[in-house]
Amino acid sequence: MPEGLRPARLGSRFTVGSRLLQSRHAKRFEEFLFRYREVTLLAAGLCLGAYFQLMTGKLLSNADLLNLSQIMAPIAMLACPTVLLIASGEIDLSIGQTFALAPFLVHFGQQAGIPLLLADVLAIAAVSVVGAINGVVTVYLGVPSFVTTLGTFFGVNGLTLIISSGEPVGAPGTGLYATIFGQNWSLIIWAVAALALFHFILKHMRWGLYCVAIGGNYEASREAGIKVDRIKIGNFIILAAVSGFAGILDAVTVNITDPLAGGSAIMFSAISAVVIGGTALAGGFGTVVGAFIGAGVLALLQDGLTLQGINANAFDLILGIAILSVMIMNVTLSRHLLGRRRA
Amino acid sequence: MNSAHPDSPLLLEAEGIVKQFGSIVALNGLSMKLRSGEVLGLLGDNGVGKSTLLKILTGYLQPDTGTIRLDGEVVRLRDVQHARSLGIDIIYQDLALVDQLSIVENIFLNREATTSGPIRVLRRRAMRRAAEDLIERVGVKLPSLEQPVGTLSGGQRAAVAIARVVQTNDRVLLLDEPLAAVGVREAQTVIDVVRNLHAEGVSVIVILHNYGHVIDLCERFYIVRDGQIAEEGSVAGHTSESLIATVLATRL
Repeated sequence: MPEGLRPARLGSRFTVGSRLLQSRHAKRFEEFLFRYREVTLLAAGLCLGAYFQLMTGKLLSNADLLNLSQIMAPIAMLACPTVLLIASGEIDLSIGQTFALAPFLVHFGQQAGIPLLLADVLAIAAVSVVGAINGVVTVYLGVPSFVTTLGTFFGVNGLTLIISSGEPVGAPGTGLYATIFGQNWSLIIWAVAALALFHFILKHMRWGLYCVAIGGNYEASREAGIKVDRIKIGNFIILAAVSGFAGILDAVTVNITDPLAGGSAIMFSAISAVVIGGTALAGGFGTVVGAFIGAGVLALLQDGLTLQGINANAFDLILGIAILSVMIMNVTLSRHLLGRRRA
Repeated sequence: MNSAHPDSPLLLEAEGIVKQFGSIVALNGLSMKLRSGEVLGLLGDNGVGKSTLLKILTGYLQPDTGTIRLDGEVVRLRDVQHARSLGIDIIYQDLALVDQLSIVENIFLNREATTSGPIRVLRRRAMRRAAEDLIERVGVKLPSLEQPVGTLSGGQRAAVAIARVVQTNDRVLLLDEPLAAVGVREAQTVIDVVRNLHAEGVSVIVILHNYGHVIDLCERFYIVRDGQIAEEGSVAGHTSESLIATVLATRL
């Protein structure tokens, strides 16, 4: 059993709070919170939103909500499939680079005379190969995925810089294409689609169940006959494909294909969203809904601090403190609840 | 309990099984036979190859050489599912449970009920109902089938592992030290369940270290040593003391 699930000893620290929560209603409420850990994060996010609205009075305007959604959507799109991967006990650091590479492949595909939609499909297929490499090297050669994907992180970034000569190009597509694939609110609609799809896979299909099983007890999953290698490699490929698609959408949204888009910033944001959302970094538990809300909270922090006119230099410091605070709250609460359940 | 006749048909046979892990020879040309309807005990020290043999018979490991016969026909057990489809199932010593998953999810791990069609959706309610029946059949009280297995006691965990195998109509049940991790009362539960399955016609191969349990459960035994069968015999007429003496004698 991973350490995260063995918190009973910590229970004594919370005796005062526990005494206050003796009633049956309170217990039921705790059970509810335990079952739906995402709710606490959502509450924190709403408080944060209320705070920024009160301080700046601008958050709830159409223009800013659109801006917020466009910050949130790429993070959420990468975070949703990342939940499956992390729940199965692996990690992928290269998603920000496949995110940046894919729209360039579309651009050069188009220049070679390939129709736009076909170029999209080919570009997504090409970045899926990066996912396959991540998976095969990790599973069959036994290289830890942190190291494997650190390699592809640099490798793919280098590839993008080479083919682009480090220069941005225009975004592909106009008109209806741009309306569907990235402009205005379409980005967040795609993110909600990713939320629905990966939540369904995680909670209602064998694939998701096996991800959790593999991350929880690898040996037992193998003994039960689960094709653990197939699931792990599949997760890497799915994630790379989605990250490439999100990168293509994002290029349309910002109307530029930039070799420096994505990268480590969006990768860390996505992984932070997953972990803040409640997915166990060591594997064995995952929540796509939590990751989606986590992406929202991160985007809200970024957007809200900008609205407040916080100095760009101080931004990372505040973001770091905020991430740590949310995580400490989350871990403490779930330990407390788990501890009471086991007591 | 001695229901299998000495001339009842051979159900499962292993012949000349060799399995090496690097330079370590786990099984060195082992041959054994399981008759239909009998309970067969595998005895011997740790590390002589008993568990490796069971893992080969359940399709989890592939032998380097050697043949396996089921009902007299040569079979190559491709993987665990294949062996299960032929009616061979196993309970491991560590019970192979995933602590984070619920009791229902563990019972149906890799044998989930799903809808048919291109997108197979888990039929959670159907599995839950079936799990209730299975747990009742095993005869253990569990508070809620939705709670994670990590919150259960040793005996309850064993019950979940047993419920996992009693759902399929198995012909051969393999048990790798099923009593090692449970208390005295739970051990009796496990023994009772094995007896019930045996009465229903399931053949059993079991690794046991408590020779009292061997006398209790088994009809025939093999003593494994250095990856081969050192001796075989009938449990009838043996006491645990005489059985221990027999095992010790094979070491000389």
